[in-house]
Amino acid sequence: MIPAAIGTGGEPLLRWSYVRDNYDGPIWEALREHLVLSFTPVLLGLLIALPLGLACARWTRLYPPVLAVTSVLYAIPAIGLFVVFVAFTGLTYTTVVVPLALYTLSVLVPSVVDGLRSVPEHVRQSAVAMGFGPLRRLVQVELPIALPVVMGGLRVATVANISLVSVGALIGIGGLGQLMVTGMKWPGGAYPTPIVVAIVLIVVLALVADLVLMLVQRFLTPWERSGRVSRRAARAARTERAAEVAR
Amino acid sequence: MITFAGVTKRYPDGTVAVDHLDLEIPAGEITVLVGPSGCGKTTTLRMINRMVEATEGTVTVDGRNVRDVDPPTLRRGIGYVIQQAGLFPHRTILDNIATVPLLLGRDKKRARADARALMERVGLDAAFARRYPAQLSGGQQQRVGVARALAADPPILLMDEPFSAVDPIVRGGLQDEFLRLQSELEKTIVFVTHDIDEAVKLGHRIAVFQVGGKLAQYTSPDELLDAPASDFVRDFLGGERGIRRLRFAQELEAEAAAENAPGAVPAKADER
Ligand SMILES: Nc1ncnc2c1ncn2[C@@H]1O[C@H](COP(=O)(O)OP(=O)(O)OP(=O)(O)O)[C@@H](O)[C@H]1O
Ligand SMILES: [Mg+2]
Repeated sequence: MIPAAIGTGGEPLLRWSYVRDNYDGPIWEALREHLVLSFTPVLLGLLIALPLGLACARWTRLYPPVLAVTSVLYAIPAIGLFVVFVAFTGLTYTTVVVPLALYTLSVLVPSVVDGLRSVPEHVRQSAVAMGFGPLRRLVQVELPIALPVVMGGLRVATVANISLVSVGALIGIGGLGQLMVTGMKWPGGAYPTPIVVAIVLIVVLALVADLVLMLVQRFLTPWERSGRVSRRAARAARTERAAEVAR
Repeated sequence: MITFAGVTKRYPDGTVAVDHLDLEIPAGEITVLVGPSGCGKTTTLRMINRMVEATEGTVTVDGRNVRDVDPPTLRRGIGYVIQQAGLFPHRTILDNIATVPLLLGRDKKRARADARALMERVGLDAAFARRYPAQLSGGQQQRVGVARALAADPPILLMDEPFSAVDPIVRGGLQDEFLRLQSELEKTIVFVTHDIDEAVKLGHRIAVFQVGGKLAQYTSPDELLDAPASDFVRDFLGGERGIRRLRFAQELEAEAAAENAPGAVPAKADER
């Protein structure tokens, strides 16, 4: 529908005049709303996923039912959830934030559980043997080791949210998605510029968010980068040993 | 001294891992627990620091029932080394070694300085201090494991097959250094292995277990080779040929030890 509209109208994909006239009005508004709508659910989801994931890792019987529920939630199309929530929370931010928080949850709970399961048993055992109590072991040993996997989930959830927020435009709360609606419903035929602006901003936002999270992850897990050095160390070890044998 | 008096361990699934064990482990010496896989060596070791609770009987350390000490406190006073070293992948070598002193609330600076001194003592290059465990070889990681267990200067060291994951040449070096270290430190060491050669080489006393968690013989290496208490023990030693081989190995070790005796140069870089 959109390409056809572009074709018939001979309308350029991007008119800079629109950007110039609207960047500190509707465009900025939409961007701000998009940021709020995508990061609030990530934070909420993380806050709930952490204790829930910990509980699932601790009481393993809890995990299959929780996983089943989160998977089903994940399979429900966003638009469906938004519509259902309108009935409860009306046309407010909450209607978009809650379903997205649920999506975040369904990505993050498995990440937390997988992360905790990635702690090698001998490491856990040696922490116990050295006299770590359960809480200290969790905070000082297990969570740091689980962090790379959890951060991986967080990156996926964040990028997914940034893209999903636009769907909220269908109920009138969609951040940059709102610009797309504006473009599509332009009086006198579709107007591609707002749509292109929205798409570009969403992609840039997703890339920047992912990059920032990656940098945070690197900063928090310096030991993860030791792999490459490790191979170098192994090579050095081999040559050193060869030299010793030769002596 | 560590004593087991009538100790039995029955796991919830009904497996009897240790069966009515009476054992006195003398202070300041290396006592080796040896036996085939599944005979209850690890279970026995872990009843000392309460990672496994005895079902029956009592385990005492210096006359004190371990049940009367709360587990974290007990464990911080007992060094523990395992096969895969169990190092914390997210902490530097220095911080790994300083783990227990920091748990005990000691000053961070001092703990790190002590850790540095320990690194030298176990033959680790000071340049490794800031590396992470993944950047070290298996043998080096094992040294870190030993240093970490020693860091709070506990009187007792529990070692569960600490050298069996490294290749034989490196293992020999680690064993030699371990003996040298022990001659300086005189810790009470309980050492688990399934390798009879290692048991004879390291142990002042050897406890041979058989499957079902029964103690088959508990004696000095010499007496073990001179007078195996049962057919099981004789077979475990490899029969007459095995016993001759073990004696021969023992003599070689003794000669080597005599040669290097005073101020022997620590074999340092063998597995780097
Ligand atoms: N947590 C557990 N639950 C049930 N049975 C167990 C448990 N841990 C050990 N066992 C069983 O108890 C017996 C003794 O196990 P243990 O680990 O003490 O043997 P081991 O002598 O250390 O063997 P290996 O040389 O293979 O390490 C084995 O039959 C083992 O299967
Ligand atoms: Mg074992």
